Amino acid sequence: MMEPSAYLLLSGILFGIGVTGVVARKNALIILMSVEIMLNAVNVAFIAIGSYLGDVTGGVFAFMVMTVAAAEAAVGLAILIAIYRLKETIDITELSVLKW
Amino acid sequence: MEPILFIVFGAIAVGGSIMVVTRRHPLASALYLILTLFAVAALFVLRQAHFLAAIQVIVYAGAVVVLFIFVIMLINVPESRLPVERLTGVRFLAVIVAGLLILEGALVARRFGLAGTPAADSGSVEAVGRALFTDYLLAFEVTSVLLLAAVIGAIALAKKKI
Amino acid sequence: MVGGILQYLWLVPALPLLGVIVNSAIALFAERPVLLRENAHGEGGHGAGDAHGHHASPPYRKLVAFLGPAVVGASFAVSVLAVLALAARPAHDRLFVQVLFPWVQAGTFQAPAALQLDPLSAVMILVVTGVGFLIHVYSVGYMSHEKAFARYFVYLNLFTFAMLLLVLGSNFLVMFVGWEGVGLCSYLLIGYWYEKKSAADAGKKAFVVNRVGDFGFLVAIFLIFWTFGSVDYTEVFARIPVLSERGVLTTGIATAITLLLFVGATGKSAQIPLYVWLPDAMEGPTPVSALIHAATMVTAGVYMVARTSALYLLAPTSMAVVAVVGAATAIFSATIGITQNDIKRVLAYSTVSQLGYMFLACGVGAFAAGIFHLMTHAFFKALLFLGSGSVIHALSGEQDMRKMGSLKKRLPVTFTTMFIATLAISGIPGLSGFFSKDEILWKSFSSGHGHAALWAVGTAAAGITAFYMFRLVFLTFFGDSRMDPDVERHVHESPYSMTVPLMLLAVLSVAGGWIGIPEALGGHNYFEAWLAPVFGHGTEGAAHGGGHHSLALEYLLMAGSVGVALCGIGLAWYLYRARPGVPKEIAGRVPGLYDVVLNKYYVDEIYDAAIVRRIVNGSVWLWEAFDATFIDGIVNGVGALVRGAGERARRLQTGVVGSYALSLLLGAVIVVGFLIWP
Repeated sequence: MMEPSAYLLLSGILFGIGVTGVVARKNALIILMSVEIMLNAVNVAFIAIGSYLGDVTGGVFAFMVMTVAAAEAAVGLAILIAIYRLKETIDITELSVLKW
Repeated sequence: MEPILFIVFGAIAVGGSIMVVTRRHPLASALYLILTLFAVAALFVLRQAHFLAAIQVIVYAGAVVVLFIFVIMLINVPESRLPVERLTGVRFLAVIVAGLLILEGALVARRFGLAGTPAADSGSVEAVGRALFTDYLLAFEVTSVLLLAAVIGAIALAKKKI
Repeated sequence: MVGGILQYLWLVPALPLLGVIVNSAIALFAERPVLLRENAHGEGGHGAGDAHGHHASPPYRKLVAFLGPAVVGASFAVSVLAVLALAARPAHDRLFVQVLFPWVQAGTFQAPAALQLDPLSAVMILVVTGVGFLIHVYSVGYMSHEKAFARYFVYLNLFTFAMLLLVLGSNFLVMFVGWEGVGLCSYLLIGYWYEKKSAADAGKKAFVVNRVGDFGFLVAIFLIFWTFGSVDYTEVFARIPVLSERGVLTTGIATAITLLLFVGATGKSAQIPLYVWLPDAMEGPTPVSALIHAATMVTAGVYMVARTSALYLLAPTSMAVVAVVGAATAIFSATIGITQNDIKRVLAYSTVSQLGYMFLACGVGAFAAGIFHLMTHAFFKALLFLGSGSVIHALSGEQDMRKMGSLKKRLPVTFTTMFIATLAISGIPGLSGFFSKDEILWKSFSSGHGHAALWAVGTAAAGITAFYMFRLVFLTFFGDSRMDPDVERHVHESPYSMTVPLMLLAVLSVAGGWIGIPEALGGHNYFEAWLAPVFGHGTEGAAHGGGHHSLALEYLLMAGSVGVALCGIGLAWYLYRARPGVPKEIAGRVPGLYDVVLNKYYVDEIYDAAIVRRIVNGSVWLWEAFDATFIDGIVNGVGALVRGAGERARRLQTGVVGSYALSLLLGAVIVVGFLIWP
């Protein structure tokens, strides 16, 4: 048996890589994929702790996270398409309408 | 047996995700994402979470990433118009901060120092199903509403003319 | 029932205030539109008070003409009743305080809006409302040709209100409000003809010079609060013995307080060195000169010194300063009065001189005598001013005595009443001025604080007073007419609204002194006895301090002052009736001296060069160098700094989602780091 802290460490590493992708990339598609990696990292932690405690709640939470991830991906990609139609770009540094 | 498999699949997951965030073309990223997701699904299996491993493959790798690939194809940004990304100061800072975050995550993980215990029946189809349809029934139903809302939202956003 | 009227004491100031409110409503909503319309038609502009344009009298003018004097008359009636009620009480109980509402309360500092009626304020409110009422009535006639009729009565009623507040207030703060209020009204009324630059300037001058004095007064109030922990008259004066014993109230502090109060008094009451505004104040309408700049407001300083007599008696130095300044002012301005040709300016310098007498009296501890002279002076000086106003009115605004003469027959009422007033101010026995002035002169010689030199200066000033007053009368009413033919044709005696107040004031000028006939002449000084509760042992000491002087000496001095006055009259008769050419000859023989006196000793010019110019230059420097560069630099610098900082901080808000995500991450890293810190 593995001790769960190894899974937690792995989860942290995956999450950090995902964060790096989110803050460092310009391509909106890759940013969305990085978000998926972050969500997966969290799921790893959930499953590891859940199985360690013998509690099914971790699994249920991971299930919810996946659902949210699916919804997020659908909506996010839809927005991306809408923006691309409007601006002809998926470079988020050019999408700076937040600063008017 | 588990430690070896954990190291193998853990390494695949980390390597795959690094490839995801470093590829220039999103299509390559998407393919590496599939690899990562499979590796994570294998890790789930290692923890006896068979049900979740199954959905991980079916929903994530099967549906979500396919959706990504569809969008990549749909938008079809030519290679020349992909954003040019250099390692600027801010980006460098971002990488460093993210590295700090990983370090912190490691510290937290180490602090847990949990001794391994035999995994109970915590991830089987039956156990998850029982929990979902008894204790978490309301949350489960609300999730369906969330998905419905996401579907409608996605259609409304992506459609040219409603 | 008699005591009950005291509960209505608040009506005394409230009635003029009512007049202010109603009249200002009329001035704003009825009169101003008319004036604006007329100005639009290009027929503004009027001469010095006596534009003889004939206007149809609109109804609002009748209302103002009734209401303006009526409120003051009603206030006078209430005052009389209240004072009678006060007099019905036993002498030691003649103090009535009416608290209207709490006004300023901060910690231990309490200053309620409260009125206080005691013998001193009783005299003052009778003078203010009584003389004020007559002058209001007179104004109806005098100002009848003025367009801004309601505005005038607003100011005049407001002045009456403020003056009553000044004398009725039961603490220094209320007095100060009244003090500033009368200053404001003085400014407004001097500048009543504000289209005329000299009038507007004179108003400003009066206001600014008064500020100098007010500063001293204000600091004195602070010092009083600091020393006594209260600004209430009763409390302050009650604590004097205790605090003196404890060594808190040293002679030094008393001297400082009283000198600062006196600085305030010199401003308001036109004493050296702050008297310069009063002659210029003659730019205002003549009834204003009579009410504010002769009878009431300028005596506020005397009232204030008398009110704080208990403090003055602790500070011999201050007493000496008051007496010396009073005496010096008396003779100094009297000499200027000799040479002036403007009838109102002669009277103005005469007022300054007479105020000097009052301060002389206060300075030698004869506060009652000072207040007595204040009262009689209010009668005869108001009469003189109103009489001169009547003359000016008759001569279509001519104020230069060199262009008058032989008006005795043409203006009989004016002449008779003015002549009576002149006799009174000159100190002819039997008239009011004699008793009060003689009282002062006697006290300045005999009192413990007095000195023979003070008496000598006072007597000399009395002689000069008699001289210049008779010069005025001779030049104005006797001799050949030197009027412009144009003006002469229009000469007319004034209407009843003007002559009746003159006659009443003439009666008062004669009889007003009879309540204070000195015991040496077989009378009884009721006036001093009436005021005794206010001035307490101080006055007694002063009164009986001269006990070792013999009656014979008193008679001798009395005869001396009368003799000097008669000499002055005789000299005036000789120079201006018997040998009309001599004055010019004398002036020609000592041209330097004559010019110096004619130009008022160049005091205005000296002040201008020594103070005003410097302040103006300093102000210009402050404006151009300090304000424009330094202050504006700070202001603009702060603006530029904020702009620059904003310009830089703006860059933080890139609008790029990534940067926001990065800061979010940074925050998360810091928080987590903080949580897991060993």
